[in-house]
Amino acid sequence: MERVPVLKIGDILLVSIQIDMEDQTALQLQEDLADRIVETGCHGVIIDISALDIVDSFVGRTLATIASISRVLDAETVVVGMRPAVAITLVELGLSLPGIRTALNVELGMALLARERDFEFKDIDDDEDDADEAVVAAS
Amino acid sequence: MTAGDDIAAMETLAIRSDQDVVRVRQLVRTLAVSVKLSLVDQTKLVTAASELARNTLVYGGGGTVAAGRVDNGRRSGIRIVFSDQGPGIPDLDLALTDGYTTGGGLGLGLSGARRLVDEFDIDTAVGQGTTISVIKWCR
Ligand SMILES: Nc1ncnc2c1ncn2[C@@H]1O[C@H](COP(=O)(O)OP(=O)(O)O)[C@@H](O)[C@H]1O
Ligand SMILES: [Mg+2]
Repeated sequence: MERVPVLKIGDILLVSIQIDMEDQTALQLQEDLADRIVETGCHGVIIDISALDIVDSFVGRTLATIASISRVLDAETVVVGMRPAVAITLVELGLSLPGIRTALNVELGMALLARERDFEFKDIDDDEDDADEAVVAAS
Repeated sequence: MTAGDDIAAMETLAIRSDQDVVRVRQLVRTLAVSVKLSLVDQTKLVTAASELARNTLVYGGGGTVAAGRVDNGRRSGIRIVFSDQGPGIPDLDLALTDGYTTGGGLGLGLSGARRLVDEFDIDTAVGQGTTISVIKWCR
């Protein structure tokens, strides 16, 4: 069975799925990611599926499970790079992937994670004024 | 599928492992490209095939797939037949309901696959097995 590598880039874990995964490979990835989140203390996970030409209900469920597991481990997951034909097919299949954050590419995914983390820190620091938040949101 | 349809030679594969499910996806993709299905229709057909192949493996206890080109005089398409000698499906209406699963899945494989193809026929008998035949036509 092939294994999908998990890379640490700064404080983000990046998973780029480059193979047509057997079900067992998808389950292994779920476990590997949970381990790496704990091991590294990363707060963000990006899963790049731009190389996948289909996402069926098994892979869809795996992505949703990864997102839930990471959240419990204090990390946010963003799925990036879904092809248009895959999105159309997923919706017709009946899978709308609720609870999964998405972005169009890795760069936008990283920006999304950075912004969320920023907001989280700001929430703690209450005397931050609204104008500053607006600037962050617009950037 | 009607009596007038002309079926070319079908390719067959055994479905006995996770890896075989990957092979089914690859075979169906190749066939879908060969009859020039649109990218979205290729994606829909491969996704449906992935769902049905997994069901053949997981619920049917393994089986076979046969796939090939079909022509009805006006259009060409791809026909895929999944067969197993497993337990059969006791309540077909229930099994075709979105979200119904006896195996802890998402319950979208059968119902979703039906939406993703143009023709969908099931022949199932308790204790004898299940045969599912699908066709996707070129537009
Ligand atoms: N080939 C089969 N043989 C026996 N039962 C099947 C077969 N395919 C599907 N089923 C039954 O239909 C149910 C729904 O299938 P599906 O929609 O693919 O959902 P899931 O795979 O998530 O359970 C399965 O849980 C199973 O009970
Ligand atoms: Mg299924």
